[in-house]
Parts: sequence; C-alpha cells; structure tokens
Amino acid sequence: MRAALFVTCVNDALYPRTGIAVVRLLERLGVGVDFPAAQSCCGQPQYNTGYRRESEPLLRRTAEAFAGYPYVVTPSGSCAAMVRTHYPRIGRLAEREGRGPGLAALAEELVPRVFELTEFLVDVLGVTDVGAYFPHTVTYHPSCHGLRGLGLGERPQRLLRAVKGLDLVELPDAGECCGFGGTFAVKNPDVSVAMGTDKTGNAVGTGADVLCGADNSCLAHLDGILRRRGEAVRTLHLAEILASTEEEPLT
Amino acid sequence: MSGTFMGMPAFPDAAREAVRDPVLRANLRHATHTIRDKRARAVAELADWERLRAAGKAVKDHALRHLDRHLVQLEEAVTAAGGTVHWAADADEANRIVTGLVLATGHREVVKVKSMATQEIGLNEALEAAGIAAYETDLAELIVQLGHDRPSHILVPAIHRNRAEIRDVFTAEMGRWGRPAPEGLGDDPRELAEAARLHLREKFLRAKVGISGANFMVAETGTMVVFESEGNGRMCLTLPETLISVVGIEKVVPTFRDLEIFLQTLPRSSTAERMNPYTTMWTGLGPSRGADGDGPSAFHLVLLDNGRTDTLADEVGRQALRCIRCSACLNVCPVYERAGGHAYGSVYPGPIGAVLSPQLRGTGSAIDASLPYASTLCGACYEVCPVAIDIPEILVHLRERVAQGGPVTLGGVRVRIRPARGHTAERAAMRAARLLLDRPGALRAGERLLARARRLRPRRLPGPGRAWTDGRELPQLPAESFRTWWARERGERA
Ligand code: SF4
Repeated sequence: MRAALFVTCVNDALYPRTGIAVVRLLERLGVGVDFPAAQSCCGQPQYNTGYRRESEPLLRRTAEAFAGYPYVVTPSGSCAAMVRTHYPRIGRLAEREGRGPGLAALAEELVPRVFELTEFLVDVLGVTDVGAYFPHTVTYHPSCHGLRGLGLGERPQRLLRAVKGLDLVELPDAGECCGFGGTFAVKNPDVSVAMGTDKTGNAVGTGADVLCGADNSCLAHLDGILRRRGEAVRTLHLAEILASTEEEPLT
Repeated sequence: MSGTFMGMPAFPDAAREAVRDPVLRANLRHATHTIRDKRARAVAELADWERLRAAGKAVKDHALRHLDRHLVQLEEAVTAAGGTVHWAADADEANRIVTGLVLATGHREVVKVKSMATQEIGLNEALEAAGIAAYETDLAELIVQLGHDRPSHILVPAIHRNRAEIRDVFTAEMGRWGRPAPEGLGDDPRELAEAARLHLREKFLRAKVGISGANFMVAETGTMVVFESEGNGRMCLTLPETLISVVGIEKVVPTFRDLEIFLQTLPRSSTAERMNPYTTMWTGLGPSRGADGDGPSAFHLVLLDNGRTDTLADEVGRQALRCIRCSACLNVCPVYERAGGHAYGSVYPGPIGAVLSPQLRGTGSAIDASLPYASTLCGACYEVCPVAIDIPEILVHLRERVAQGGPVTLGGVRVRIRPARGHTAERAAMRAARLLLDRPGALRAGERLLARARRLRPRRLPGPGRAWTDGRELPQLPAESFRTWWARERGERA
C-alpha cells in the first residue's frame, strides 16, 4: 500500500520532526510513503480569517498535488477538517459566485481520500498497537477540529494506550479548546493565553511528563505557554510517540 | 444601564479587563461549568435528542421561510382573540409604540417580565425618558437593575455577580425603589430570595401595566408562550390590567403542536430541567375577552423587526434567527467563560451574540466588527445548540464580510458594503502568504530563510507579533524544513 503524506505547512516549516515521524511510522507498518512536492498549505488561515477567495488557489494546489493518490494522510486534524468540511463549501460558493464548477469538482474528488493520521491507522490499516515504545506518563489534548470537526473519538487514546511503557493519564476538561484558534491567538491574545494557561495548568496537574496532541499548531501555543511559565512538561505530537520504538527511541 | 451599548471598545480590549479580574473569572467559571455539566446530563437522558434537535431546526426553518404568511396569520388570530397587534420596524418605533400605550393608560409604573427584546431596543431607558418607571421582576434582572449594571448572560443576567455582591446591591439600592432590604441582610441565597420576594410583591400588587416578551408565538392560534423559572413572570402576565408584549418576529412557530419540541429542548438546554417550572400561555384576552376580571383586560402585541428581515435575507446568517435563547452555547463557550458577557457589547453575549449582533446592528462599529473574531471556532456551541445553528459557519461568513466587504441587506435593500476599517494590512499579509504558499520555489526560499533565523532565537517580536510573544514563547525553529529533509533523505526534489 502507498500513501501520500500531506505534511501541512506548519509541520513542514516548524515541525519537520512530526513529518519525519509519520514517514517512519507508516513505513514501519508497511506503507510506502510519497511526498508530492507540489503540496503547500490547505488555505485554512485565509479561510478562517475571512479571506475565502485567497484560499481558492490553495484548494486547487492541494487537490492537484494529491491527484491520483488513494490515501492522503495528514498529521493534523485541523487541516483534515479544513479539507473535509470547508473545501466542499468553498467549491459550492465559487460556483455560485460564477467561477465555475472546477473547485467544487476538485474538492469532491479529494475529500474522501484524505485521512487524519489516527483515522488512517485505526480505520484503514486497522491497527491500534503500532509497536511503539515510550516509557513516559502522557496526557492527551484532543484538539477541537479532531474531536468535533472530524469526530476522531477515542482513536488517539486507543493508539496511545497500546504503546508499550506509556502511562496515559486523563486530562481534566480535555474537550475544552486550548485557545489557539489560528489568528485568534493574536487577535484576542488575552483570552487565548488565559485559555491556554488553564489547559496547561490542567496538564501540569496530571503529573504527566508529556502533553500529547495531534495538531502542532495547538501544541505550539501550549508549548509556548509552558516554556514561558518554566514548566517541565513538554509537548509532543502523537506521531512522534507512535514512531518511537525500543530500537529507535525518541530522544 | 444601557440597552444599546454604543461606543463599546472592540472585543479584545473589552475582554482584557475581564480576563484580569480573578473574582469575575471564578464566578463565571463556577457558574458555566455547573450549568454545562447539568445540561449534558439532562440531554443525555433523552434517547431521541438528535431527532428533537433536527425537528426544532426544521420547524424554525419552515416558520422563517414563510414568515410573512405566519405573521399575518398570527395577527389575525391575536386580533380575533381581543388583542391588538402593532408592527415596529426598528427599536425607535417599538419604543414609541410602547411608551404611547403606557402613557395612554394614565399609569407611570410598569412591571416587567425578563425579556431580551425589550433590552435589545433599550425600552427601559425610553420609558424612563417619558417619566415611566419600569421595574424588572426576574430575580437576576432585578439584581442587574438595582446594581446599575448590564446583563452578562441570557438566562442568568447577573452571572458575573456572587452572593456577597448581591447582598450589597440589595442593601444599598432596594430602599430607593420601594421596600428596602431587611436589616442585617445576609448572603444566604434563601435570605436574598426572600428579600427580593418582599420587594417585588409590593410592585406586583400595585402595577397596572405589565410588559413582557415571549419565547414563542403560535401563528395558528395566536397563543403567546413565556417560559420562566420563578413565577414572577406569571405575576406580571396575569395581575396587571394592561399587558404589552414586545416580541421579535422570528419567535413565531406555525402550529400549537410545534411547541411539543421546544417544551422538551428549551428547558433541558437552558436550566437543565426536564420540564419548565412556569410556562404561561395566553391567547389574546381569552374566551371572555377580559370581561371576567381574570387576567388583563387589554393586550397589545408589538412585533419587532429591528434588523431581522435583513438578517433573514442572508442565506448563511439567517440560521441565527432559529435561536430560542436557551444560552447553552454561552455555557459551553471557553471564550465567554474568560471574557464574560459584557465584552460582547450587547444584550446578546456569547457565541450567539457574536453572530447576532453584527447582523442585527451591522458591522459598522468597532465592537460589531470584532465580534465575528471573538471565537476560536472550536465548535462547542454548534454541538450543544438545540436548533443546530452552525455558529462557526456564520462566524467565518461574517469575518468575510468584515474583512472583504460584500453584499448585505439593509432596510430591505441589497447593497455592497466596504471592508471594515483596520483590515488593510491583514488583507495584504493574507494575500502575500497565499502567493508565497502557492509558489513552491518561493516557499522553499522562505523556509531556508526561517531556518537561518534560528540563530537569532528571538524571545519577543515587534509589532503584531507581540500579541504572540507577550504571553508565549515562540516555537523553536528547526535546522531544516521537512521538505529539505525529504530531498536529502530520499534524493527527490521536494
Ligand atoms: S444559538 Fe442555540 S445554543 Fe445558543 S442560545 Fe440560541 S438556541 Fe441556545
């Protein structure tokens, strides 16, 4: 089986180690990974901030970059939700506003092939034990777009529970937003940081060493708060934990 | 107390104060989490919740689609039952009508049932200007009114106040309006409620005019429906000689049977109760046309538009008119919990306020232009809404209107509005980002630059970047991008 990695712009530029972890993890599970070089950003920042027209070329680029791949896997619930829920809407509106049915067709064709990482692992590959090893206490923050946008449910936690040596502790008020929210983080910095401070406070309170998530943009915000406050808890993308094995542990 | 909140600062500035107020934060956190958890349990009891939710949505959509017909039908039914119907295009007209009706009775005091519509139009202020004293009788509204405060929650307008603060307000203010608070009033909820009961009872027995809103109006029968929890509303609805109800036109439902849905979903969503404690229904003056001395002998219904028809013209935004004001979205909203209700600069706070105010009032003011951004789009509001209003979708839609301008309906006329002020730099940045992201060569160059910036290790950014670094560290920059790693590792150009 082959899959195309949709690494996302944030991971490409700021968290390459997450992309690398996905490659290692999928290859270990027998999936050949391609990285279509034409890929870029899904257009979510533009779309969510009110610049829908600016997201149209990025929709086109994303759809064209991944044309023909039966599985497009992304380590970001937020970008997967952008494609799944908003691409069809962008296409519909473009058509209604007289820019033709092209974008709608591209969206329709792409949507069923895009999988968030944990969906791909659990639903497509049918695995929960990926053979990972990570001897730490971990708590998991399910980001909103994964939780409510995609309905990932317990998939991430099931994967984490199967990791050898890993002790998963429950995060209080886990379902509550961390306060990142894309441009919200800078447009409403006080509320954003207040929300993030409550979230990181809950994480610290669990006694976990690691605050795990499946969206690096949320983690960037939470990590920024943890480091500013001098907390010892570190943030890690789920893919990095799942990629870690006894032979090649995460350092 | 201001009903219109003109001249409010933009949401981020207004929210900052609340975020820094530890007492307010604690009050809000406690209150919202308690109601939130109770609601979740009450809703989980119903196996057919999702179907009730879909039905509520469908009924409201149908009512709105044929609003013109339903309103005329309602008017006929109310008139046939001895009531008088008035149509108010905006707040001023509604205030004029109500003020005129009260003055015509010769009385100068009115008792009020908690009503969002009358707050929206600033009725109390208009009455005061005409020399009429309006007494709020809902306990929380009373606290707000006596405290010269503004409501901060739809259902619990004084949610931002704790018991000790309420005791202080009662002790200081009750005597100026009527029966004073008892000597040595404590802050036990029972004592506070008793003080309010004694204070209000006097007003109920004296007032000849009652003013209310309504949760629903049934087109087919002309029946008005008010949901409340205290019984104070029923006092105002039944004791006075004249009853005036000011109701938004979107509150109409086609048939009496439709109430079945909302009688289940509204109490569970708002107070987490299985059944609403006091549900008052009346149809005009009743069968005796008021001759039996039971209930009011005059009933006026003021149908309020005030931006609703214009909102209805918007395909995305119109779903906000389905709102039944249960306040479930406020109670689950993490932004509301930190920012408090006042930051929303309207009688409609929280997620529903963020989509309703900029539609009813337009996006011209600083506060209204900032409201669509007062959300992380986390989706918690949509998940709990009993009429399935996709609030995040409307927020994004309104952001587009603010940032780019676009078509809106104003006073029934379709016009194109210009982008709100202050978005020029952002628009340029979004475009530049898109151009960069849409050109792989430029993107690679940009990433290489970023990798080089690594050595600078900035802690604080200047300009708009400060909004990030004031409260957070920046991410540590990697030595190379994923693309570069892939190219190196796999020998493929990426
Ligand atoms: S938007 Fe929905 S959840 Fe919010 S108050 Fe209205 S009906 Fe209730």
